[in-house]
Amino acid sequence: MLQNPVIEVNGLTKRYGDFSAVDGIDFTVGSGEFFGFVGPNGAGKTTTISMLCTLAKPTAGTATIAGFDVAAQSDQVRRQIGVVFQEATLDNRLTARENLAFHAAVYHVPRAERDARLADVLDLVELTRFADDIVDNFSGGMRRRLEVARGLLHSPKVLFLDEPTLGLDPQTRNRIWEYLRRLADRDDMTVFMTTHYMDEAENCDRVAVIDRGALVAVDTPAALKRQTGETTLDGVFLKLTGQAIRDEDVLTNKHMSRIAAKAKGGR
Amino acid sequence: MDLDAIYMIWRRDLVVNWRDKGQLIGSLVRSILWLVVLGLGLRAAFRSVGGVTFSQYIFAGIIGMTLLFAGVQSAISIVWEREFGFLRELLVAPIPRGAITTAKMLSGATWALLQGVIVLALAPIVGVSLTPLIVAEAIGVMAIMAIMMTSIGIVIASRIKSFQGFGVIVNVVLMPMFFLSTAIFPMPWLPEWLRTIMMFNPLTYAVDALRTVTIGLYDFPFWFDLGLTVGLAILFGVLARVLFVKEI
Repeated sequence: MLQNPVIEVNGLTKRYGDFSAVDGIDFTVGSGEFFGFVGPNGAGKTTTISMLCTLAKPTAGTATIAGFDVAAQSDQVRRQIGVVFQEATLDNRLTARENLAFHAAVYHVPRAERDARLADVLDLVELTRFADDIVDNFSGGMRRRLEVARGLLHSPKVLFLDEPTLGLDPQTRNRIWEYLRRLADRDDMTVFMTTHYMDEAENCDRVAVIDRGALVAVDTPAALKRQTGETTLDGVFLKLTGQAIRDEDVLTNKHMSRIAAKAKGGR
Repeated sequence: MDLDAIYMIWRRDLVVNWRDKGQLIGSLVRSILWLVVLGLGLRAAFRSVGGVTFSQYIFAGIIGMTLLFAGVQSAISIVWEREFGFLRELLVAPIPRGAITTAKMLSGATWALLQGVIVLALAPIVGVSLTPLIVAEAIGVMAIMAIMMTSIGIVIASRIKSFQGFGVIVNVVLMPMFFLSTAIFPMPWLPEWLRTIMMFNPLTYAVDALRTVTIGLYDFPFWFDLGLTVGLAILFGVLARVLFVKEI
C-alpha cells in the first residue's frame, strides 16, 4: 500500500442510461507519483478524469482528492487540482500573461504572490518572451505549454492532464515531460495523465490500463511487462486490450456525450 | 459572494468584447442605419406623432433595439464559450457557479449599456436635445433595460445547444420583439390585435419609459413603465440565474 495516498478511488462508476462508461474502478495514487492512465478510445479515460475533476458526478462509488470527496466537497477538491484539458481552453483573444492573471485571480492566488508565480511558470515553459502576445498568434505547441503553465499556476497538489501531448512534435512532448518532472520533484506534485503514447506511459511511476470501463491492470511499467511476458509497453497494451480497433466505441462515445448533453446529468 | 472572481470575469469579458472590434462596429452600424436611414427616409411619408418627427419618435426605440441585441448577443456568447472550452476552465475553478452567472450577467449588461450610451450620444443628429438631467435619467432607465435584456438572453442561451442557434434566435425572438413593440410604430396607428400583442411585450414598456425621459412622449404613465421594467428585470434576472446555474 502507498504511504501518502492523494487520490483514492473506490468502486467509481459512471452510467449514461444503460451504458457504463466507467464501471466500478478502484485505485490509489500516492503523493508525488507520476500516474499514467491508458486505454483504447472510448475506454473511459476522459470520463474518469471528468469525475476526478468534479465536472461529472459519479453514478456510484467514491473518489477523494487529498481527502476531499469529489462529489460532496467539489469546491475544496477544485482548490487542490490543476487541469489541462484535452481540448484547448485558453482565451485566444487575451495575451499569455492575461490568461494567467485571470486564472490566478479565480484560483485566489494571493495578490502579493501573483506576479512572482506568473513569472515563474512562464519561465518554466519558456514563454517569457511571448508573455504579452495574443494567444491567437501562438503555435499549437506554445498553446499547450501555456496551458500546462496555467495548470501549475496555483501550485496544485494534483495536476490532471488529459492527453496533453496529443498532436505535438517530439521536442515539445519532451519539454512538457521535463517541466512536469521538475515540478513533481521540487513540489511533490502528483501527476495524473491519460495518454495514447506508450513511450510516455513508460516514463510513469505506475500505469493503469482501462478497457471498456474496467481496470485491467495497475502496476509499474516493469511489473506489467514481467506479468505479461512482453518486452514493450505497446506489447503489454495490445495483450491486455486486444488487437481490434475500437471504432464502435468511438461512436458509442459520441452517442454517449449526446445523451449526456441531453440529460445534462453529471454536473 | 466571490467579488474578486466576479470582477475578473466581468473585466475579462469586457476586454474580450472590446478587442472584437468587428462585432462592436457591426452592432453600432445596425443601430445607426436604423436610426438615420429609417428615421430620415420615412420622415416625409409619416405624419408627425404627437408633435415630434419620426426620427425623434424612433430614437428611444432604436436604443431599445441596441440594448436588446447587444444584451442577448453577449449572453449567447456563453454558449460559444461552453462549446469551445473557455467556460470549462472556469467550471473547474474553485468559484461558485452563482458567481460565474452574476459576472456574466453584469458584463453582458455593461456591454449592452455601453452600446446604448453611444447611440444616445447620436441624439443631436435626429434633433433630440439632451441635458445632463435627461442623460442621467436615460442612463438609469437603460441600465435596467440592459439587465433585463441580458437576463432574457441568458434564459434563451441556457435553452439552446449550439452557436448556430443565434441566427434563429434573431429571427424568431429578437426581430418580433423589436417590431411588436412601440419601438418604431406608434401605438395609436395600429389595429387592435397588434396593440394587444404589444401589451405583452416587455420592450414596449421599457421603450416607453425611455421615450418619456428623452422626448417627453408616452403611451403609459412613467412610474407604471418603470415599475414594470424593474419588476421584469428582477424576474428574468432570477430566472436566468436559476437556469444558468443548473445548466453549467
